[in-house]
Amino acid sequence: MDKKLVRELEIDAAKIRIGIIEGVYNAKCGHPGGALSIADVLAYLYKHRLNVDPKDPNSPTRDRMVLSKGHSAPALYAALALRGFFPFETLKTLRQSGSMLEGHPDCNKVPGIDASTGSLGQGFSQACGMALAGKISCDSYKVYTILGDGEIQEGMVWEAAMFASHYKLDNLVAIIDNNGLQIDGKLSEVMSPYPIDEKFESFGWNVITINGHDFSQMEKAFDAAERVIEKPTLIILKTTKGKGVDYMENAVEWHGKAPGEEDYLRAIKQLREHLEELEGGVE
Amino acid sequence: MAELTRRATREGYGDGLCELAEIRPDLLVLDADLSAATKTSVFKKAYPEKHFNCGISEQNMMGVASGLASTGRLVFASSFAMFAAGRAFEIIRNSIAYPRVNVKIGATHGGISVGEDGATHQCCEDVAIMRALPNMTVIVPADYYEAKAAVLAMADFNGPTYLRFGRLAVPMFNTPDYKFELGKGVTVKDGKDITIIASGLMVAEAMDAAQALKETGIDARVINIHTIKPIDRDIIVKAARETGKIITVEEHSVIGGLGSAVGDVVLEEYPVPVIKIGINDVFGHSGPAKVLLKEFGLSAENIVNVVKANVK
Repeated sequence: MDKKLVRELEIDAAKIRIGIIEGVYNAKCGHPGGALSIADVLAYLYKHRLNVDPKDPNSPTRDRMVLSKGHSAPALYAALALRGFFPFETLKTLRQSGSMLEGHPDCNKVPGIDASTGSLGQGFSQACGMALAGKISCDSYKVYTILGDGEIQEGMVWEAAMFASHYKLDNLVAIIDNNGLQIDGKLSEVMSPYPIDEKFESFGWNVITINGHDFSQMEKAFDAAERVIEKPTLIILKTTKGKGVDYMENAVEWHGKAPGEEDYLRAIKQLREHLEELEGGVE
Repeated sequence: MAELTRRATREGYGDGLCELAEIRPDLLVLDADLSAATKTSVFKKAYPEKHFNCGISEQNMMGVASGLASTGRLVFASSFAMFAAGRAFEIIRNSIAYPRVNVKIGATHGGISVGEDGATHQCCEDVAIMRALPNMTVIVPADYYEAKAAVLAMADFNGPTYLRFGRLAVPMFNTPDYKFELGKGVTVKDGKDITIIASGLMVAEAMDAAQALKETGIDARVINIHTIKPIDRDIIVKAARETGKIITVEEHSVIGGLGSAVGDVVLEEYPVPVIKIGINDVFGHSGPAKVLLKEFGLSAENIVNVVKANVK
């Protein structure tokens, strides 16, 4: 992957992180931790991978992106705003009464949202339906869905895993944000889903594990997924929860809590400085 | 009704789907390993490329249905009432009703007429559960023809819908040319002394009851409410005003079903006594369907007795 693109993706990811913190701070609640951990993959998908058009958000041939871990909505909203679906300023209305930016995504309110999600496990099944629809009509669109690593404790995730492989949905790419933490603590202590890769492999999936903050690895993994036939692909992203805000990194308490003013200023300062560094470095 | 041919409403579902496919090429049918019982096997035989078995996983099936429908297709997801409205409730709520996708839930084996399988499979709460969901339309056809017509009517209705069918073969009192009007109750017999409002297989029993009552000098009106939600308020208020008393009859719990829906309307618009016949907040048990229906008071005989006790 060329350096210029990497830098652009880094800039988008930094902006998404700023959008997350602005949104959650203004809402005085929300889920920053798992939103920050997927900022990079969303930057990659919306800048570089997805065939979507803000001018025609419901195009039947568009790629679909279902955020099955719907509580990370602030990250998705920021990515959509960056892609031009709505103004970045709207992010500050997150979770306010009358805002289109619900606490969890509503596909009837927000352009660019392909599924209403938030109750864990359900977006994955919806993505399977979209992928099956594409197969039936021989459309070439792809369906991407992002799940939390805690989310896969839901039983219906494994129903969907069976379904996707049974119907050979090679147009489906599931992405697991493996940051290792859930509300009540470490995954390994609350209810271990490990080994995630072997479980999905045994369900008939093509599984690729990468560093979820490395764009070059993403590029290789998503390219590889396109080459696989008759099997769905799972990309496990090894990520850091709270990535980009030092005191939120790997800190379970930032799963579902908004920063107060002092914490907000600290976070936004770090993120802005990082963004300025990146922008200063673009040729 | 003894002389009429009997077929189960679930057969109307299977046959209705086959006809619907002719006018709606975008129709897709899902099942969860119950195709023989839900009668989607009939559809599968005719349209194998449009039928998808999801295995014994109703939750995923409802999510898949939502995803398929989001691409503009007309999708029917089929199972037993228990596993559709019960097991998959929350997926129906959040992935179908909330986003208002065009998914039709074809749920057979509603009520105790499931029979020998017993309480775990006799769902008497589904109408109450589905009725409570915003955006959800709830239909309980009374006979084979109405079931088939209701399925065909779905060609022109976009929105989440719960269709409740039954296992037991019941009298076909409608005709093959029966027109289903969504949200419109049907006065199957006029009368002035009391109104019996029924749904599903209890409509035929109510008609039998009205016939028997006629012989004792009681002129009962019988209304078939096939669409429990949105309910036909006008026909109910008119009945309340003209007959002064209403008896509801349903193969469902008296909590939250037809009786509650009718009661809501009457209470708000024209309060008159409403007596509910249904499953009285108990679980069913194994036994032949006909024996159970009698035992739980879901018979023309019991309707006659309740009417007699409440008229004059």
